[in-house]
Amino acid sequence: MFGGFDFAILWANASFLWNGMLLTMQLTALAVTGGLLFGVILAVLRLSRVRPLAWLVEGYVNFLRSMPLILVIFWFYTLVPKLIGRPVSGFYSVLIAFVMFEAAYYSEIVRAGISSVRRGQIAAAMALGLTNLQAMRYVILPQAVRNMVPVLLTQSIVMLQDTSLVYVVGLRDFLTSADIVASRDNRPTELYMFVALVFLVVCFSASRLVNRLRRRYAL
Amino acid sequence: MGSYNWNWPILVREPYLGWIVSGFGKTILIAVLAWAIAFPLGSAIGIARTTETRALRFAATLYVDVFRNIPLLVQMFLWYFVVPELLPADWGRWIKRDMPYPQFLTAVVCLGLYTASRVAEQVRSGIEAIPRGQRYAGLAMGLTSLQVYRYVLVPVAYRTIIPPLTSDFLGVFKNSSLALTIGVLELTSQARQIEEYTFAAFEAFTVATVLYCLVTGLVIVVMRIIEARTRIAGAITVGAQ
Repeated sequence: MFGGFDFAILWANASFLWNGMLLTMQLTALAVTGGLLFGVILAVLRLSRVRPLAWLVEGYVNFLRSMPLILVIFWFYTLVPKLIGRPVSGFYSVLIAFVMFEAAYYSEIVRAGISSVRRGQIAAAMALGLTNLQAMRYVILPQAVRNMVPVLLTQSIVMLQDTSLVYVVGLRDFLTSADIVASRDNRPTELYMFVALVFLVVCFSASRLVNRLRRRYAL
Repeated sequence: MGSYNWNWPILVREPYLGWIVSGFGKTILIAVLAWAIAFPLGSAIGIARTTETRALRFAATLYVDVFRNIPLLVQMFLWYFVVPELLPADWGRWIKRDMPYPQFLTAVVCLGLYTASRVAEQVRSGIEAIPRGQRYAGLAMGLTSLQVYRYVLVPVAYRTIIPPLTSDFLGVFKNSSLALTIGVLELTSQARQIEEYTFAAFEAFTVATVLYCLVTGLVIVVMRIIEARTRIAGAITVGAQ
């Protein structure tokens, strides 16, 4: 059944596919960074004592979490150029979509991480005479970060996989590049299997590393 | 945004209203059918990961690793474009020529098998969270291994993982939008199509967004009620998001 397999097609298009992979990595790196920054801000606001602010953020997070990512991509792809008033590169529209979307998921992880620190720890820090900021810096954050880093990394692996959805607006990431070659040379079997294999190897190794990290630093 | 011409009435005009209704119906149908595959299959795989049989555990772990580490969209393309080529020629021909609703069924199978890997992880963590003593108590009472699962472990596990299972169901509901990449006209693709025909992008996307949010909200409310009704006194809920 693999008789008609033509691996040479992968070699022949290696640089085209590599450029797609570069875009995938670039998008992932930027979206993870932006999503984390925005997500931490959201989490802090959500835990703040200013009630309306916390509700607003809760609404935002729940709203984005009930939408399919593809629809979010379509929204921003259409919305961003209209808001700015001139055509923008699809890359930036999609990047904004990913940052807004992933921030909702990251913020939930950060919030859970901070809430997971037991109340007694905070009370103990206060009893020792630490200020609020010191308690945060020396007691709460070190524990919270240990709890949430593995989950944040796992979410980032999911996010790497999710970037393949830019296919729907034709951005030339790894999958879309492979798709272009597949339909041009009528070789879907080789191309899609190659993409699947690359993602499988990358994501599987990454998630094994995360597991090891989790076991090593677990509290 | 000032220059945008809102045109809400277009949504209740034919054929656009019909498109939305049929797209919404397809989205629900895909999600429900895929869940009908994912729930039993995922449960079986999750249970297999907790058994004593090594081969069974290995196969179940392999399944979860493979399905969770390939992007869903790539899986969709594999099922639609590659699998018919790899099957024996007769089967491939049947899938390509004679199978009814090829895109729709492919999407259902793809989403079902992928979601099964997520359900499996929840079921496994649910069973692992049960104190070992319960399993031993069951065995000590003379129950067979199968009976221990049937009457002790699985019923308790299901009840503790209702929240993460809910989020997996909502996951498959949202992921059904990926079916548009192989040509299924579900809700998101109908919204996109309305945009292309009428340029009423924001109206079309808004109605799709509202429908997704409504279903999500409804499911969450219903599952909270079910969770409260089935809660085991003193038990905590577990499971990964």
